[in-house]
Amino acid sequence: MEHYNMNLNLKVWRQKNSKTRGEFKMYRVENISSEMSFLEMFDVLNERLIAEGDEPIAFDHDCREGICGMCSMYINGKPHGPWQGNTTCQLHMRAFKDGDTIVVEPWRSNAFPVIKDLVVDRTAFDRIIQAGGYISVNTGNAVDGNALPINKDKADASFAAAMCIGCGACVAACKNSSAMLFLSAKVSHLALLPQGEPERNSRVLSMVAQMDKEGFGSCTNTGACEATCPKEISISYIAKLNQEYLCASLTAE
Amino acid sequence: MLESKIPAGNLESKWTDYKGHCKLVNPANKRKLEVIVVGTGLAGASAAATLGELGYKVKAFCFQDSPRRAHSIAAQGGINAAKNYQNDGDSVFRLFYDTVKGGDYRAREANVHRLAEVSANIIDQCVAQGVPFAREYGGLLSNRSFGGTQVQRTFYAAGQTGQQLLIGAYQALERQVALGNVKMYNRHEMLEVVTIDGKAVGIIARDLISGKLQRHFGNAVLLCTGGYGNVFYLSTNAMGSNVTAAWKAHKAGALFANPCFTQIHPTCIPVSGDHQSKLTLMSESLRNDGRIWVPKNQGDNRKPNEIPESERDYYLERRYPAFGNLVPRDVASRAAKERCDAGFGVGTSKQAVYLDYASAIERYGKIEITKHGREVEDASSAEIITLGKQVVKEKYGNLFDMYEKITGENPYEVPMRIYPAVHYTMGGLWVDYELMTSVKGMYCLGEANFSDHGANRLGASALMQGLADGYFVIPYTIGNYLADEIYSKPISTDHEAFVNAEKEVGDRIRTLMNIKGNTSVETFHKRLGKIMWDKCGMARNEKGLQEAIVEIQQLRKEFWNDVRIPGDIDEFNPELDKAGRVADFLELGELMCKDALLRKESCGGHFREESQTEEGEALRNDAEFMYVAAWEFEGESNWKLHKEALEYEVIKPTQRNYK
Repeated sequence: MEHYNMNLNLKVWRQKNSKTRGEFKMYRVENISSEMSFLEMFDVLNERLIAEGDEPIAFDHDCREGICGMCSMYINGKPHGPWQGNTTCQLHMRAFKDGDTIVVEPWRSNAFPVIKDLVVDRTAFDRIIQAGGYISVNTGNAVDGNALPINKDKADASFAAAMCIGCGACVAACKNSSAMLFLSAKVSHLALLPQGEPERNSRVLSMVAQMDKEGFGSCTNTGACEATCPKEISISYIAKLNQEYLCASLTAE
Repeated sequence: MLESKIPAGNLESKWTDYKGHCKLVNPANKRKLEVIVVGTGLAGASAAATLGELGYKVKAFCFQDSPRRAHSIAAQGGINAAKNYQNDGDSVFRLFYDTVKGGDYRAREANVHRLAEVSANIIDQCVAQGVPFAREYGGLLSNRSFGGTQVQRTFYAAGQTGQQLLIGAYQALERQVALGNVKMYNRHEMLEVVTIDGKAVGIIARDLISGKLQRHFGNAVLLCTGGYGNVFYLSTNAMGSNVTAAWKAHKAGALFANPCFTQIHPTCIPVSGDHQSKLTLMSESLRNDGRIWVPKNQGDNRKPNEIPESERDYYLERRYPAFGNLVPRDVASRAAKERCDAGFGVGTSKQAVYLDYASAIERYGKIEITKHGREVEDASSAEIITLGKQVVKEKYGNLFDMYEKITGENPYEVPMRIYPAVHYTMGGLWVDYELMTSVKGMYCLGEANFSDHGANRLGASALMQGLADGYFVIPYTIGNYLADEIYSKPISTDHEAFVNAEKEVGDRIRTLMNIKGNTSVETFHKRLGKIMWDKCGMARNEKGLQEAIVEIQQLRKEFWNDVRIPGDIDEFNPELDKAGRVADFLELGELMCKDALLRKESCGGHFREESQTEEGEALRNDAEFMYVAAWEFEGESNWKLHKEALEYEVIKPTQRNYK
């Protein structure tokens, strides 16, 4: 792969805190290597801002290997930027060329208020999990791991749903700010396993109720969530969620 | 001072006897006892959830925006357990033995044996929680092998085992939050431990959004705050991983043990330039099928695929025929460094070796052909390779994708380039058998403590230890302490100990903010990292370590005179958070060098150039260094050494041999 350097114009959302209005500001960065990650490019910019006596741009990030789900930038109108199945931290600058203008915003959703600049509050997701995204088993209660054989296809499908990193890109991508892909991934992960069976109905009802309470919008099946999900969680899990919800509603006491 | 509290009796029955005789707390009293858990990785989340289930009042803290983000999530390869599902001769004893040997005989026998004993329960617990481990077609759990062992005891969920285990623990934790047993504090950082008469009674935490300091009382404090690999700046740790909580505990009286024991992981993506902010690991599981090599000729600039088989040096297979590519991490790392230092490195930096999947792809492809009843001879090589790639994709697909995203190269076609990087720290706060530090009422779990991995950790054992400590050890051992705490009244956070601790934290933050110098926090961190990597990294010697100590002292002085922290105290200010952490790394780094200087032997990840065999293998000195070095803080640049002798009753330490 050929390496190259580039100069870029960045249009970045700046907002002091949740109570003040934000605005876009322009920054120019020079001699950015194509081998850098997108966040390393922000590191370079922030170092310069600090040296110039400005405030660096706040953004969430931690593992920088695409798994913790902390990074959350909206890049050129797409959560996590242009690459398919990718997080912002794994986006590398070879995705861009010299002279490009890049627009960077925080996730936009009423349920994810901005804390500062590009940092948003995603605790709504934790509260949805609290509503039932678990299997109620206290430590020490378990039987032998192999006592319960699980069909490999089902186990694999459960795993594919469990890969969700809870980043919120699905919400950010959705015109309705729906959290259905996130929710469906958790409901499917647990509903596909025999361990999840006892709480199957109560789980889905309670988690959906919490999702609505948090102010996420409705799903209108546009598929933007699936297209943007860094773990490529399939929209078919939303169908699964609807099925689970319907069954649970019909059989509820 | 160092009372390890290892129970008497046979090794095999110590833990059972302990559990049968430790004190219990009745359910009504548990409701009155408060426990603070700092950190929500595998150790912290599992401990907080389990203690909540038991009925204690728990407060859990993490600096990330959600407990699910803790860096345990990034562990890829797997978790060990002595299940012997593969019928290949595994047992509790073998897991215990491999771990002690892998740690180069610098771990406590009793702790490691307990770890091996509870390992099987961990798998059961995680399965019950719905952790989607990899399974065979019969529906049963699948295993793979890892470095330093000859059995298949590693359970996994593709290359995301840490993520799946952490999500399991996180969900258990959130369930306790929902039940009101645990109160969760996201985006909070512990900045001081509060003690009264040498006993931990709480912490001072900072709300990272508002910048406000808070006082929290606890009958016990659990530090589950991970390792300190970021002292090297470049490591496989998350950007936020830090030593601050453990360091505050250390300065409040907790001894810090074996700080120089650092694990350098052999298979990481090499550094690409000065902009590099972190290093990415490629799971050790890749060494199951991948073959590591360098060209036989120095400075060979041909593309890897143009170098014929006869001109490749599969140096691990050559040097260690018995374990081959699956030697333990410390051995594999040093072997890579040796080849690169000798001029055989590859890539533009020449600081890399190849990890090649070509022969694995071919081997798997051939197996796939024969699965369909055909003869290998009847299949075209293109078909074999296509089928082989599919198998490799199923096993390691996410890792290969990650490699491609970072490097822009396709590892199915071109061998990966890898180089060792700082990954894990075996050292940490000294704890006794009950996981209590030398401060009463303060415990330390998971990577943050020193206890189970000696001088080198085997792959897939970090997840095991974190969950063992949280799910199965602390719930018993903490009761032994809290049973007496029921007689202590809760201490008001208006107590002068809390007031003074909060004032100290506030003063320190104001001092940092008021320096208003010219150099960014990041610059200091990078400079510290370079000193540590060059002089206290994969190979260490007396002269280098002495120089490093002086350089770190100078750098620390410069930091406190010239650091520039933008923004304000009372707001969301990541630069300020980072400054506090780097300030602590600047103290820890010195202690690591001091510890490395003292230990004039090579063992595990600690390689002193002065102490090696003729073949360049690490040479231990059991006569002089068969002890845990536990350091007591006595003031700036001033530590007192305490030694805990290691006694091996069951295992006879020998020169480690993987040949």
